[in-house]
Amino acid sequence: MPILPFASQFLETLLAVLAAPLLIGWVNQCRAWLQNRSAPGLLQPYRVIRKLFRKESVLAQNASPLFRLTPYVVFGSMILAVSIVPLVATGLPLSPVADVIALVGLLAFARVFMALAAMDVGTAFGSLGARREMLVAALAEPALLMVFFMPSLIAQSTSLTTIVETLAHRPFALYPSLAFAAVAFVMVLLAENARIPIDNPATHLELTMIHEAMILEYSGRHLALMEWAHALKLVIYFTIGIALFLPWGIAEAGNWIAIPLAIVALAVKLAVGGAALAVLESVSVKLRIFRAPEFLATAFLLAVLGMLTHVLLGAGT
Amino acid sequence: MVPDELELTWERLRGAVSARRATVDAAQWRAGAEALSRESGRLVALWGSDRRDLGEGFDVQAAFAVRDGLLVLRLPVPALHPAFPDISAFFPVAGRMQRALHDMLGIVALGAHDSRPWLRHGAWPPDVYPLRRDLDAATSFPASDAAYEFVSVSGEGVHEIPVGPVHAGTIEPGHFRFSVLGERVMRLEEHLGYKHKGIEKRFESMRIEDGARLAGRVSGDSTVAYAWAYAMAVEGAAGVEPPARALWLRGLALERERVANHLGDLGYIGNDAGLGFALSQFSRLKEDWLRLNAAVFGHRYAMDFVVPGGVASDVDSSGIARLEAQADRIEREVRALRDTFEEHAGLQDRFRTCGIVTTELAVRLGLTGLAGRASGRSEDLRADLPSPPYDQLDVQVARHGDGDVAARVSVRFDEILESLRLMRLILDRLPAGALTIGCPDPAPGASGLGWVEGWRGEVFVALECAPGRGIRRCHPHDPSWQNWPLLEHAILGNIVPDFPLINKSFNLSYAGVDL
Repeated sequence: MPILPFASQFLETLLAVLAAPLLIGWVNQCRAWLQNRSAPGLLQPYRVIRKLFRKESVLAQNASPLFRLTPYVVFGSMILAVSIVPLVATGLPLSPVADVIALVGLLAFARVFMALAAMDVGTAFGSLGARREMLVAALAEPALLMVFFMPSLIAQSTSLTTIVETLAHRPFALYPSLAFAAVAFVMVLLAENARIPIDNPATHLELTMIHEAMILEYSGRHLALMEWAHALKLVIYFTIGIALFLPWGIAEAGNWIAIPLAIVALAVKLAVGGAALAVLESVSVKLRIFRAPEFLATAFLLAVLGMLTHVLLGAGT
Repeated sequence: MVPDELELTWERLRGAVSARRATVDAAQWRAGAEALSRESGRLVALWGSDRRDLGEGFDVQAAFAVRDGLLVLRLPVPALHPAFPDISAFFPVAGRMQRALHDMLGIVALGAHDSRPWLRHGAWPPDVYPLRRDLDAATSFPASDAAYEFVSVSGEGVHEIPVGPVHAGTIEPGHFRFSVLGERVMRLEEHLGYKHKGIEKRFESMRIEDGARLAGRVSGDSTVAYAWAYAMAVEGAAGVEPPARALWLRGLALERERVANHLGDLGYIGNDAGLGFALSQFSRLKEDWLRLNAAVFGHRYAMDFVVPGGVASDVDSSGIARLEAQADRIEREVRALRDTFEEHAGLQDRFRTCGIVTTELAVRLGLTGLAGRASGRSEDLRADLPSPPYDQLDVQVARHGDGDVAARVSVRFDEILESLRLMRLILDRLPAGALTIGCPDPAPGASGLGWVEGWRGEVFVALECAPGRGIRRCHPHDPSWQNWPLLEHAILGNIVPDFPLINKSFNLSYAGVDL
């Protein structure tokens, strides 16, 4: 068995896990600059995670083992998910493990655990957050699947590796349908990662929270894992977006020389994407929660429109 | 507007507040309240005092605003089983004041439909009333657990969300009990009193000049309004008038306080809708504003600037130049930010039709101050009963009829611009002269009233003096008493996540009502 692909897979996953908080730090920094504030350091999320790991984890008296298990399940799911997405190279050993549909399932699996844990202790805010999260998820997941079907149709496969190789390494072709899917994907990304306009990651108002309300009862190492998993999730969505819509630069299977360049390309794309996210968040406000279905329905509609465009323009491209 | 049919003998009270007082019996008390409510008088404050050491019983007093000033009804009640007729049927806003009166003095409002404790949180035994004069303020009691009976809403799918008193953010403590159906709020019940610290009791062991410092700390964001109202009460009790320059400088400080709070609120309202940009911009403006306050008044919030008899320090010509320059700059920036607010579709979507208090409800339940003016009311003491310097400034009252968050935001913008105009006029016409006549020396037993339009609404102070420049009784009244109950109505039919935005658009004081 060749060692190199496995070492490469391991290193890629390790890199993603270790670098994930950096993206959050970068988005926060950009946001602060856009608001004329002096920004926290780029490494601030690491400091927060380190601080939380050093703190005692306080559990509610009636917390069940599920509550304690959830941070590990969520964190583990995110690690697996990030291993599936081709970050810097395609054709890594874990890529065939799951296709995009399984990826959506994996993210949903983590979400179900989080929602259950949120309701486990029985506080009003946990249930409130879980309920809202499920409302958002029920609408975001179909939209996400529709987004995935678009490039899958082009590549004739639901495997991310095949999609990336088809889109990145074929002669350049313009797919108008992908533009629809890309917009829809950005909308889903905002909703799924608890960003404005669906949720506000910076809020301290417990009544308005979605994601934060679900993890309100966590502390110490549990909270650290939850925060880290949340950072990873943002990286996963960003890298999925990159794989689907900006795959250029991702190294082909077996082309080890291209990897350093691919890492640089990934870093640049993430930095640009993070800055764009900060801009989006700075110019918009949070929607009333009952507007969230409209927002996600629009995402779904755009994804469907993308498919229609693809079918109407002929799948022969 | 005085209800003539009551045939009361009115005694005109001295001081800057145009006020008359009549001593009434229980029947006249009730009839007076009914007549005043019919003739659209407003209940400003309701308080009591213990006069048993003077060989009398207790006193319950209520101050009503009518067109030409204040009418105070004073009802002596017996020492044994003290009680008075409930007036919350005519003035719903009296409900909580009557409950607090019972918690503090043990005087019962007969016929009130709600007699649950309000300020009493089990920190003292049921038979103890802290404001009674025979209770030593140093006495301590073991805390007991006092369960509070919330009104429960029943029905398929209705559940309760308890929020506070400890919140996720750094804000004042208060408990909010939501009964919700899904996200829709069926009922909100507030439970305050967590910041009760015995301010009224503390006044009674203070001398008049020290009381000014305490009055300025009842609600920190309204320190100038409270200090002025207190000073007005002292000056009224002593029958003296502060120098003109002092009054104009007080006006300057009060308008600066108004602008500072409005700037802060606008930023936070934007932030609660998710627009961090608004918070950082308005925070920057407010910080500049407060720093100039520190340079000109010696304190960022001009605390202890207003003292009985005058003001503590002068503003020199270089200070005036800096204040004027800053007013010009802030006005430009505020106008630009107002355009940003009004042209931001997402923000307007959150603001409009959110947390509506209709004019009809505002009138019936006595909404006051800034929130009242956003719900179609027009009361503003600076325009209705202007005392110097406002009598020469022709204050334009900012009004809006919609009663939603957008209206309260709009009134804030209008008031900032109007305050900047008033400040320029004040700085332009500032009369020369002395700053203070020294702390007045009221006669023992003399009483005085203070009534000032603070940034939130009317701040009222009732003062009764004791021998040796002491304070026998001082009741500071915050406009939040009037407006807290309206918040319970504003949220009805809205959704839970809109509450912080609605709450912030009112921005009421906890400290001011918990006393």
